[in-house]
Amino acid sequence: MKRLLTLCVCFLIAVTLIGCSKGNQNEIRIGINYELSGGVATYGQSSVEGIEMAIEEINNAGGINGKKIVPIKYDNKSEPAEATTLANKLITQDKVVAILGPATSGSFKAEIPVANANKIPVASGSATADDVTVTSDGKVQEYAFRVCFNDSFQGTVMANFAADNLSAKKAVIIMDSSSDYGKGLAKNFKDNFVKAGGSIVAEEAYVAGDTDFNAILTKIKGLDFDVIYIPGYYNEAGLIIKQARAQGITAPVLGADGFDSPVLLELAGAEALNDIYFTNHYSSLDKDPAVVKFIEDFKAKYNKEPDAFNALGYDLAKFVCDAIARAEKLDGESIKKALEETENFVGVTGTLSVDEYHNPVKSIVVIGLENGVQTSSVKISP
Amino acid sequence: MEQFLQQIVNGVSLGSIYALIALGYTMVYGIIKLINFAHGDIYMLGAYIGYFCMTYFHLGVIPSLLIAMAICTLLGVIIERIAYKPLRNATRIAVLITAIGVSLFLEYGTMFFVKANVRSYPPLKGILTHSFKLGSIVVTAQQILIVCITIILMAFLQFIVKRTRIGKAMRAVSLDRDAAELMGINVDNTISFTFALGSALAGAAGILVGIYYNSINPLMGILPGLKAFVAAVFGGIGIIPGAMIGGYFIGTVEVMVAGYGNSMFKDAVVFAILILILIVKPSGLLGKETKEKV
Repeated sequence: MKRLLTLCVCFLIAVTLIGCSKGNQNEIRIGINYELSGGVATYGQSSVEGIEMAIEEINNAGGINGKKIVPIKYDNKSEPAEATTLANKLITQDKVVAILGPATSGSFKAEIPVANANKIPVASGSATADDVTVTSDGKVQEYAFRVCFNDSFQGTVMANFAADNLSAKKAVIIMDSSSDYGKGLAKNFKDNFVKAGGSIVAEEAYVAGDTDFNAILTKIKGLDFDVIYIPGYYNEAGLIIKQARAQGITAPVLGADGFDSPVLLELAGAEALNDIYFTNHYSSLDKDPAVVKFIEDFKAKYNKEPDAFNALGYDLAKFVCDAIARAEKLDGESIKKALEETENFVGVTGTLSVDEYHNPVKSIVVIGLENGVQTSSVKISP
Repeated sequence: MEQFLQQIVNGVSLGSIYALIALGYTMVYGIIKLINFAHGDIYMLGAYIGYFCMTYFHLGVIPSLLIAMAICTLLGVIIERIAYKPLRNATRIAVLITAIGVSLFLEYGTMFFVKANVRSYPPLKGILTHSFKLGSIVVTAQQILIVCITIILMAFLQFIVKRTRIGKAMRAVSLDRDAAELMGINVDNTISFTFALGSALAGAAGILVGIYYNSINPLMGILPGLKAFVAAVFGGIGIIPGAMIGGYFIGTVEVMVAGYGNSMFKDAVVFAILILILIVKPSGLLGKETKEKV
């Protein structure tokens, strides 16, 4: 009797599970795994705004081949471990066909093994570390994609910009040694700056969460240098710039896309944000018609200027949906194949093609800040 | 030389913060032999209270400071009454674990209410934005404010502990709780008062850090809390002047390591000092060797 009962229960559970996994035939589920709270929350929140706008546009235009896109959104709290857990949940329980995010390289890398094991493509809008789509021994991560350029490109462009446009000969690097992002950028900047005839006078480091940089700044103040390169995120970069300017260091400060957050202005204050240059994916000063339309639509929806993460999120969702539309079947393998075949996809952050290492080939902009406001942008093609 | 003096200025302002937090650690340890790990989080709450006062109620620095200190005082007493008082006669390890629990509760409770993002204090106005140049040494008005407020608070604390009745009661309880009780001292109230004083100082440190660095988050109390603990141990835990000296010492060491050595090692050096002290002179700089009473 007892055994019969157990059998019945098992059968019931099995039926329910099968029922669940079937899902709705008229919808395509896409996972959103982003940093909605925690240390780099503004990256995640901005990306998701862009993603949601893109999905809304696609659904309003009739969806993909008549099927509506259903986004399933989770918050990974800016923690790589949480990102992995959520990726598992999205794939096994929510049965998504692809996952968008996370925004940072560290969290995105944590998610990739789950994607490879389950054969579900994952794509990030802003994971720029070099070893995101390629492992350290040169093998392509089969199911990982991105729509942003990588850090070697960012470091190279900034090194050349410093040497050519700012005529800098000597640079100081203050890097975030607790992130792959900071270390990768620092290395590429250094290599290329030296190659361009410059020299690195000092290399200092900090870890995420530090607030007092006075000791480092006092130390470099006595040195002779033309520019400071800060490969790191806005939380610390804002404080470094503020404390540097308070100590009377007026040299130009260079950075990367980690500077792109309104929090940078809040932390540093407008009067400290002079002579700041950073590489970025997109500039709101761009006059390209596609960009202008995006900015208008974005303002209408969210009532604010879009930043680069908004634009990348938007491109990311469009990029993945474009591949889903071209895929033969609605499964991970076919979508992955379609993503690999992407050619000349026109996005807000530039036209991109996916290369053999799953990296996009696209242009970059160098943005200049005066009094905390974007005043110049220079577009550089690969 | 100028660079050295500038580093001293940096070290003293950082050390003031550590000293303010370390005082709370040391007073609580002196009176109930508890390392109150939740103390760093009171500092964080002080920073948030100051943030709300200045951002939403547009109060000035001094009123915000007083409000933050008052609310932190209250919180310190409430935490003592709810979490530690019922464990007065429990083993010390039980109280210590409770302290860690309270600490995590405050950190993640705050994170739930205010989110984990970094927040920035509103821009300062008037005199506080100035900086003064002595030769090539730059001293900002904020650094002067931090050091001045720290010294005023420390002098006030010394006055309370040395010159008032409640201060006398605190010293009596820390010397021998049972004897103090027999002499008619209300031990529970005295312990609450100690928590109140320590929490007020931590709250003050929190808002000063908010003004100085302009960046606060719910986990900001962990590392400064631990470093202040090192400072307290360095000066001799339980001894008030020791905590002040320890705070300034740790702040200066940290700055010097970053300034003349490798900036990556600054935290490691601070904790290496803790290990060294515990090996060489566990009673700290000002502590006397005492035999454990059996």
